[in-house]
Amino acid sequence: MNIETEMSQAFVVCISAIFTQNILLSYFLGLCPFIGVSREIKTAFGLGLAVIFVMTSTSLLNWLAYHYVLEPLGLHFFRFILFIIIIAAFVQFIEMVIDRYSPTLYQNLGVFLPLITVNCAILGASLFMVIRDYSFIVTIGYGLGSGIGWFLAIIAMAGIRQRLSNERIPQGLQGAGITLIIAGIMALAFIGFTGVLQ
Amino acid sequence: MIITVIIPVVVVSSIGAGLAAILVISEHFIADYGPCQININDQRQLNVQGGKDLLSLLTAEKIFIPSACGGRGTCGLCKLKVLEGAGTLLPTEEPYLDEQEKRSNVRLSCQVKVRNDLKIEIPSELFAIREYICKCTDIIDLTHDIKQFRLELQEPETIDYIPGQYVQLLTPIYEKNSEEVYRAYSISSDPADKSIIELIIRLMPGGICTTYCFEYLSVGDEVKINGPYGDFRLLETEAPIVFIAGGAGMAPIRCMLYHMKNTSNNRKATYYFGANKVQELFLLQRMQAFESELADFSFVPAVAAPEENSNWQGEVGLVTEAVERDLKDVSQCEAYLCGSPGMIDAAIEVLGKLGLSEDRIFFDKFE
Repeated sequence: MNIETEMSQAFVVCISAIFTQNILLSYFLGLCPFIGVSREIKTAFGLGLAVIFVMTSTSLLNWLAYHYVLEPLGLHFFRFILFIIIIAAFVQFIEMVIDRYSPTLYQNLGVFLPLITVNCAILGASLFMVIRDYSFIVTIGYGLGSGIGWFLAIIAMAGIRQRLSNERIPQGLQGAGITLIIAGIMALAFIGFTGVLQ
Repeated sequence: MIITVIIPVVVVSSIGAGLAAILVISEHFIADYGPCQININDQRQLNVQGGKDLLSLLTAEKIFIPSACGGRGTCGLCKLKVLEGAGTLLPTEEPYLDEQEKRSNVRLSCQVKVRNDLKIEIPSELFAIREYICKCTDIIDLTHDIKQFRLELQEPETIDYIPGQYVQLLTPIYEKNSEEVYRAYSISSDPADKSIIELIIRLMPGGICTTYCFEYLSVGDEVKINGPYGDFRLLETEAPIVFIAGGAGMAPIRCMLYHMKNTSNNRKATYYFGANKVQELFLLQRMQAFESELADFSFVPAVAAPEENSNWQGEVGLVTEAVERDLKDVSQCEAYLCGSPGMIDAAIEVLGKLGLSEDRIFFDKFE
């Protein structure tokens, strides 16, 4: 495949990862921080940006590790362990760098980084990248798209919850209950995007 | 076959180890915040290596800040005022600080990372908390189950404390104890001599520290303590004082009485000392000496069940009964209690009946 087809495929994969195959609303990955941190738009914004950054970078790092280390040695089955090790190490490293060189950025983003390590959407993106056999350039599009899709979902959820904060919600449904119902309705809404891409 | 097992293990382990090595090396270069100076109370300057949280850096310099959760940000005890250099308030600190604290720059020291020079304020009581290495120079039997231990400070050589405070004694690992534990004992000695500490300890059946002190500690042994801790102290007013304390509870009271003698404090004071049997009374001569040394002090021992041949002429019954018989209106007094929770609760009740409001009752419960 030449560069141009790859890039147009990357673009298609990116758009589909944001809308039609949203990693959160279609595949339900990364629900924990989604429910936990979506109370305010401000915090959701910070977390969402961090997720975009980590998802893109780790998908690429994992692509390299898979195709240049695991495949040649025939150790595909180790991808689960290796991907999570790489994600954890990467997040640690980035946290260290941000903390040292930009305290303001650390203030807004840095506190979320350890939380992201255990976000299963990050691992999920890397594993999907392997299953669907994406090339390096397509992986860039996929990582970016998944991250943006997750970001979009959590911002939308935070906006809805901020509006709801003044409403009276029945005792049993407060907190996680109403959030999951909203997530389900959002997922239904996103199904409306199917057929956008052919 | 073995090769197929070994290769993957080696590969993944080396990648894991390699990443860990990269992290350690980069931490050394990236997380190098350089030397930072911490100004404490405008009195003391600490030169430390930046990069860690304030609480651990202070602890490493032997300044002990209270902390129950070990720096995880879940107990809220490690509050300090950070006047300069702390950066913005972290979301992990917010739940533990009220509006007034936030305005006065109070922070959780376990969450403040030291990246540059800081100016902080530590309450002087906390500042005084140190670890002391002492030598046990005397062990006196006061009763069949209470001993007085005299500890001479070796390093540092003196201790500054407020009469009524306690220290924590480190119980080392010995036959009946598999890990080091700390137990709190009130300081009982004369505060005029800052180089020694006396503790009055009662043997508790099965107690880790008391068994060590009674059966294993000998004169000449090294003892480690840290402190001083505690808010139990005499208020600086002129109100008449009612002391109620039994057994080893005499410890802080004795210290307070020495202090009153040293400062020529002429407040009226009465000390009700409760015991079960006459043979459980101790330091009677010291208390009689206080009666002549202090302007207006009387010592009233009450024995619950005097032995037949003891010829006991003093008060009989529970110490709380003696208090009730003796005092009529105590609403203007201050009460200082020390002893078992049961005795303290009973005493608070009796004092309440005699008209003393709870905000004038101070106590140190030996739990």
